[in-house]
Order: sequence, then C-alpha cells, then structure tokens
Amino acid sequence: MAEIKIDRERCKGCELCVHFCPKGCIEMENGYNRKGYQPSTFVKRDKCTGCAICALVCPDVAIEVWR
Amino acid sequence: MTDKKLMKGNIAVCHGAIAANCDAFFGYPITPQNEIPEKMSELMPQHGRVFLQAESEVAAINMVYGAAAAGKRAMTSSSSPGISLKMEGLSYIAACELPCVVVNVQRGGPGLGNTLPGQADYFQAVKGGGHGDYRLLTIAPWSVQECYEFMPLAFDLADRYRNPVMVLMDAIVGQMIEPVELHANFEIHEYPKPWATNGARGRARNIINSLWIDSAVMEDLNNRLQAKYEQARRHEVRLWEYRTGDAELILVAYGSTARICRTVVDMAREEGMPVGLLRLISLFPFPEREINALAKQGARFLAVEMSAGQMVEDVRLAVNGLTDVGFYGRTGGSVPTPAEILDRVRETLHKPPVMSTQARREVS
Amino acid sequence: MQKVYSRPKGLTDAEFAYCAGCFHSVAHRMIAEVMEELDIIDRTIGVCPVGCAVFMYEYMACDMIEAAHGRAPAVATGVKRVLPDRIVFSYQGDGDLASIGTAEIIHAAARGENITVIFINNTTYGMTGGQMAPTTLVGQKSTTCPSGRDPKQAGYPLRVCELLATLDGPSYIERVAPTNPAGFNRTKKAIRKAFENQLEGKGFSLVEILSNCPTQWKMSPIESLKWIDEHMTKTFPPGVFVDR
Repeated sequence: MAEIKIDRERCKGCELCVHFCPKGCIEMENGYNRKGYQPSTFVKRDKCTGCAICALVCPDVAIEVWR
Repeated sequence: MTDKKLMKGNIAVCHGAIAANCDAFFGYPITPQNEIPEKMSELMPQHGRVFLQAESEVAAINMVYGAAAAGKRAMTSSSSPGISLKMEGLSYIAACELPCVVVNVQRGGPGLGNTLPGQADYFQAVKGGGHGDYRLLTIAPWSVQECYEFMPLAFDLADRYRNPVMVLMDAIVGQMIEPVELHANFEIHEYPKPWATNGARGRARNIINSLWIDSAVMEDLNNRLQAKYEQARRHEVRLWEYRTGDAELILVAYGSTARICRTVVDMAREEGMPVGLLRLISLFPFPEREINALAKQGARFLAVEMSAGQMVEDVRLAVNGLTDVGFYGRTGGSVPTPAEILDRVRETLHKPPVMSTQARREVS
Repeated sequence: MQKVYSRPKGLTDAEFAYCAGCFHSVAHRMIAEVMEELDIIDRTIGVCPVGCAVFMYEYMACDMIEAAHGRAPAVATGVKRVLPDRIVFSYQGDGDLASIGTAEIIHAAARGENITVIFINNTTYGMTGGQMAPTTLVGQKSTTCPSGRDPKQAGYPLRVCELLATLDGPSYIERVAPTNPAGFNRTKKAIRKAFENQLEGKGFSLVEILSNCPTQWKMSPIESLKWIDEHMTKTFPPGVFVDR
C-alpha cells in the first residue's frame, strides 16, 4: 500500500516524475493549472510501491509520499 | 590622565578601533596605510577579535559586509586605488543599511598615482562613490590624537545610522608621528541589532538584501536612506572655527591641509589681514548652514585642498552666490606650502569682491 | 501508511520561481533537507549569489544574505569568522563562482575557510539570457557565441573542482551529476557531507552540481538530463576530488 499526492498548483509539468517512476504510475494531465502548466497526475495507485523516487527528482517539491 | 605616546596616525587608528570594540578587521596591503593591517594583525588577536588579510580590497569589503550583517563591528582600511575597489561593496552595505567603518589614507592620483598625500577622493567619499543614491558619513581627522578618537566616533555613527562611515585621512595624517593620549574617555554604546543574520534561533528568519524588484519598495528604501541623511545633516555636522569672528576671508580646509591653513591664518594675521579658518571635521554631512551664515555676514572664502577642486564645489553650493569662493589646490602628491597659500590670500584680499555689498544684501 | 516524504522544514512555503525542471530547485530542496536532518536551520546563514538563484532568500527558512556577484565566499567568510559556531554556506552559479568571483572562491578554498559551498554549473548565464559562461563547453552555442564556443577566440571551459583540488586548503570537493535517481541520491549525500564537515570543523567543502538550464539550452528537462550525461560529464567528470 502506497500513496503519493501531487500538488497540482506547484507542479510545472517538467515530467521528471513521469520519466523516473519505475512503475509508470504517473502521467501528464490534459488540463492546465493556474500557472498554465500541464501538471502530472497519479494514475496507478495499485502499482505504487512508495519508493519516493518521484519526490526525490521533483524540482518543485510538489510530491508527498506515504507508504 | 594617561601618558602620552609617540605614534603614527595609522597606528592610532588601530588603538582607536580596539577602544571602539571593533570585532573584525579585514584588509589588504597598500601604501600609505600598511601600518593599519600590520598593527591590527597584532592587536586584534590579542583582544580575541578577528583579523584577516583578504585576497583583495574587493574581498575585504565583502568580508566586512558579512561580518556587519552578522551584527558585529567590522572595518577595513585602504588607500585611494584600493578604496575605488571597495565602492561596489559599499553601495551594497549602504543599501542593506549595515554599519561599518572604512579608513581611507588618501594618496596621490588618479590611477596608480603615488604614495604621497592627496585629497582627491573627496567626491568619492562624500557623494557616495559607488552606484546609486547613498552617502557615506565622512569624518576627517587632522591629528594623530584624532585618528585615535575618531574611530569610536565612526563606529558609533555607523551603528546609530546603520550606514557605512568613511574616516578620510591622507598620507600626512596617516604617516606623521605625534604624541597621542590613548585615554578611555569614550562611551561605547551597544546598539541592539535585531536585524542581524546570526541564526534564526527563537525568531523569524532575517534577510540582508538590496534587491527590490518592485519600484515602489525600492523607492521606499531610497526615501528611508534620504531621510537618514537628512537627520545626519541636522545632527552630525562637525567643524572647528579659528579666528573667523572678524574675518573677511575664510579659508576652508580639512585634514592635513587644514593644519597648514591654520599656520597661514596666523601668518596673515601678523600681516594685519583679517583671515580665519573653517576646518571641516564632517565632510558629509557638509556644514552648509554654517558656511551660508558666514557668507551672509559678508565673508569671502578660499577653499584649499590637495585636489584640482572638489570640496570647493560644496563650499560654492553652500555660499549659493552670496560671496566669492576662491580655490587653491595642489595635486599629484604635492603639498601646498604656507607661503604659496599666503600669496593666494594676499592676492584674494587685494582683489575687490565680485559682488558689491549692496548686491549681497539684496540676495540675502 | 506512514508519510515518507514531505516538504522539508528548511524551505519556506514560497513556490520556486525557476523554470520547469530547473535544478536550482533540486539543489535548494536538498540543502533544506540537510539543514532539517542536521537540525541546523536556526543556526545557519546562507549567502546567495547573483544570477537565477538571486531570490534564494525567498525560499530558505534560515537567515540569508544577498551578496554582490561573485562575492559570496568573501561574505560567507566575514560571517563565519565572527560567528564560528554558526553554519555558513554560499550558493553560487558558474558565472558567479567561476568567472567574476574566481578570486574569492580560490582564496576561500586556499584558506580552508570552514564554510560549505554549493556550486551550480549549468554552463550558461541563465538569468541574463543564455550568454557564454566560464564553463560553456567547446562548441556549445550561447547568445554570445552563437556559432558555438571557439577556443581560439573564447578559450576553454574552467574546471573548478580540478583547479581547487590542487590546493591544500579544501577538505572536501566533489562533482555530482543528478541525472538519474542514483545521481540525485549521490547529490544529496554530497551536500550532507559538505555540511557535516563544517559541523566537524574540517574546513572548506564544495559540491559542484552539474545542472541543467532547459530554457537556455532550448530543450525539455528530460533531454537536458541526457545532455548532461552525454556532453557535460565529458568535460566535467563527476567524482570525489578531495576528501580529507
């Protein structure tokens, strides 16, 4: 059981979390946040191991992780 | 009363800094101020304080910036070309409203110049020197005793106004040897520094910064600085008048030139010429009101300085056209002799004033 | 479930104004994490540079001083010398540290000044618009070498770690490349070590982080990581240069 929370408004859509998630749990949203970026979004809860690589690589400290 | 000791002005500066509880000295060798870092390298560690020889004048003033930001009394010393290098740092320090003391033992210039006396850094000292609208509070000792006593004054002004203070000397004042009394008749005030970046323990974090992108905020800072300088103009003018009471011609000078001018006044008086001396101690703030008042009484002025004419501009601004302001200067390390100044005094007094008494009355 | 990652206390709530994927943000965050882990937030004084990180004081929860361009090591020296029990770091980009501030960094290192220096090398002047930096690679294009850096005209890039490693003063110098999760972990460890050294009084520590500038490099953040691996590390090989 693991969970991540992406702060949609802090995210700048750099895609590093999408790129580095070993389980492919994160994708880019189609919509835009208030800054005008396409933020990333957590899509595959069942596969997430809570490894926190997404948080490790996130430049904007937009991701929190529970495990 | 303590015993008098013979010492150089530069050495007296060091004892004054110790008396002022200066916490840190950062400097770089340059003649004619080398006795200051040399003596400080001995005195500061003896008193458990910081001495560090920096890699450049640029680094030295930025170390002062750091130590001042940390809430400590910090200083540096240099001479003309080195002071030019410190101007960037001084602009930042003034903009961040940090206290510090800078000693300039002026030499001949411009460029590398020479190691002889000069007063051609006047503009740089009193008009700010670096970029932006700021001023250095500037005081000019003329004796070894004052080299000692002006250091506690400089640190006090710096802390009180949260502004860099320039102690403007020249090679004569720094190198001459005179008896000095290293007394302890100072009140050294401890100023609270809640703004210091010394670790945010038990308080919100502090930021020392001069970057303000918002023009309104940046203008606020400028207005605050100007208000501070206005306060200084009101309260920190320091000068010494000598035989000005009945003087028709008043010499205006500071530092070693003022000492020469005092001799000239006595020589002139012996010849029956009504001459006095206005010796400036504070150069910024400049004694505008005092000079203007003397001009209204009809006195003429002769500015004497070791420059091509810098302080004389401030005298003219203060006189504001009421009377004549003459100038006599020597440059490049040459020191005016009493005889040549006296010649100029005779010449000036024999010339009729450009403005008639009637015209002066109308203007005032 | 337990929370395993949350925003470090060493950061304020302010959102980074950096471009998407910029490693300034990563470096800020890791310094903040280290300050929290070592419990030194309330006795750390940071000195920020001129360049993109000029606003660093907005983001760090400790006391901060904004230095003039290149002068951060001198300012940090001033603070550390009068407050030796505080933790003092400078944070500088390549223009700041390796060009206009070359004298300050070399002499702080030579003195073995007990400070921590975080050096962000992204081969460009990001804030002013992508001009040639002291670390711009041979052949790399910039707005002041639009045909690529020609060593005949503009000389060669400066290797700061190698240069400083010739000195006796530094206690720790490492270059890291956070281009994959292992590299990110290595970067964090290096920053932590650079602060621990100061706590232990070991003296000058510098971590050079090979960083990106997706905006001035005109590529996506993911592409920028590949570019660091394929190009930057050839001129600036990661590794520990001094550890004593």
